[in-house]
Amino acid sequence: MVATIQEVQKDIIDEFVVFDDWMDRYNYLIELSNGLPEIDPKLKNNEYLIRGCQSKVWLNAEYADGKIRYTADSDAIITKGIIALLIRVLSNRTPQEIINTKLEFIDTIGLRQNLSPTRANGLLSMIKQMKLYAIAYDAKEKKN
Amino acid sequence: MANFDINKVRADFPVLTQKVYNKPLVYFDNGATTQKPLQVIEVVNRYHSELNSSIHRGVHFLSDQVTNAYENAREKIRAFINAEKASEIIFTSGTTMSINLIAFSFGDKYVHKDDEIIISEMEHHANIVPWQMLRDRKQSKLKIIPFDDQGILQIDKLPGLITDKTKLVAVTHISNTLGTVNPIKEIIRIAHAAGVPVLIDAAQSIQHTPIDVQDLDCDFLVFSGHKAYGPTGIGILYGKEKFLEAMPPYQGGGDMVDVVTFEKTTYNVIPFKFEAGTTNYIGAIGLAAALDYISSLGIESISSYESEISRYATEQLDALGEITIYGRAPEKSCILCFLIDGVHMADAGMVFDKLGVAVRVGSHCAQPVWQHYGIDGTLRVSLSMYNTKEEIDYLCQAVHQVKSMFS
Repeated sequence: MVATIQEVQKDIIDEFVVFDDWMDRYNYLIELSNGLPEIDPKLKNNEYLIRGCQSKVWLNAEYADGKIRYTADSDAIITKGIIALLIRVLSNRTPQEIINTKLEFIDTIGLRQNLSPTRANGLLSMIKQMKLYAIAYDAKEKKN
Repeated sequence: MANFDINKVRADFPVLTQKVYNKPLVYFDNGATTQKPLQVIEVVNRYHSELNSSIHRGVHFLSDQVTNAYENAREKIRAFINAEKASEIIFTSGTTMSINLIAFSFGDKYVHKDDEIIISEMEHHANIVPWQMLRDRKQSKLKIIPFDDQGILQIDKLPGLITDKTKLVAVTHISNTLGTVNPIKEIIRIAHAAGVPVLIDAAQSIQHTPIDVQDLDCDFLVFSGHKAYGPTGIGILYGKEKFLEAMPPYQGGGDMVDVVTFEKTTYNVIPFKFEAGTTNYIGAIGLAAALDYISSLGIESISSYESEISRYATEQLDALGEITIYGRAPEKSCILCFLIDGVHMADAGMVFDKLGVAVRVGSHCAQPVWQHYGIDGTLRVSLSMYNTKEEIDYLCQAVHQVKSMFS
């Protein structure tokens, strides 16, 4: 059985609980960044770019069989590690699940700083963009 | 350095004693804002707790006290930059507002279609965007003095840029990214030879180097309080009397008026003509306390100490290798923008942060500078009089840690 979004968030929180040092947390994110499936290099253009002041993020969403599959990348490694977590939580879910999810894990594992509204790294805009895709596909689904 | 007691200076800044993420704070973001000494904190506290009252209005005891302190602050600022008259000192909210005031007010009076404003390639956005907005209002033009890859302003290009349509040259004294100290006296001489007034952005220089507006002969000079150990939300616009008298008010409201009827309003004299509404009078008094603090240490001593630690930081970073420093002008202030080869600036900045080292990451509000080099931005270490060589050594250790994690 596929784990629910809440279960995945809880798993992530449990994984991070063991780290009492920031460098361990960052090293784990670096490790996760290596495991992020690559985005189609053709999509790494301005159309898919979410520009931050400090780093860039590229995001794509595809819809099939009632679920959204996200792929993404960043030029900064720690940002990429956080993206890997977001994709683990939100990818391959239905639009309704994505729309209704409160992303608590980022706060709980101490990465809230990375969601600053000053668009420093593009992550907050990326989450908004992921939700917008979900709203769009949900609307499309209801129309059909 | 016999007369500069770094331990005594550090003891004046309560912020510096704290730990962040359980590590001693190393504050290297002074180009963004400086910390405040007790001498400023106490004055601001005292005015808020004992002497608060709106200035220039009340006839009562408190208002009188605060009005006097506010005008004394203006006099202290006049003396600090050696302006001829206190009425040439306008209190604003900061450098950005000062430049916007000039762009609107001077621009309204003197700049028309096809007229030109000259700025440099190394300006902060605050000395670019107001001129672009003016350009769009007036169909005027914006011309740029370029810098070379070392970060040296090519002022030999300036005479060729000036025409009979040029209305103002607006340049930074010290670049907030490259650290370049520009030869403003020479720039002013060249511009004045063609009858063109000059605005100097002193946001990154007032706290580091002596400034004498009469000796420079600049027509406008602007700076912020919070980058010079003073409170936030207060800044200075110095302007020569002949321009301030001729320029129209920027904002309308209280205190800037003489007589108001529904048909017509006549304006107050300078400096009040440009100080509409309730000003940040406690900020102004706090800024004067900050300049007093600088004077008590001696700006020459501060400058000499900062040059020493800045030279040390450059040598140590160079010695590490695999580091690219942007800005190698021979005349350079204590600002160091750099990248660690093969490491994204955001990753480095995040690790520095968790090691207690506060640096700035990104374009530092000067995107055209990074367009020159074809990069998105850098890490920026901007030093101040309370930084130490030990802190720079710690930064170098942090660079090692970053390298071991990311490359």
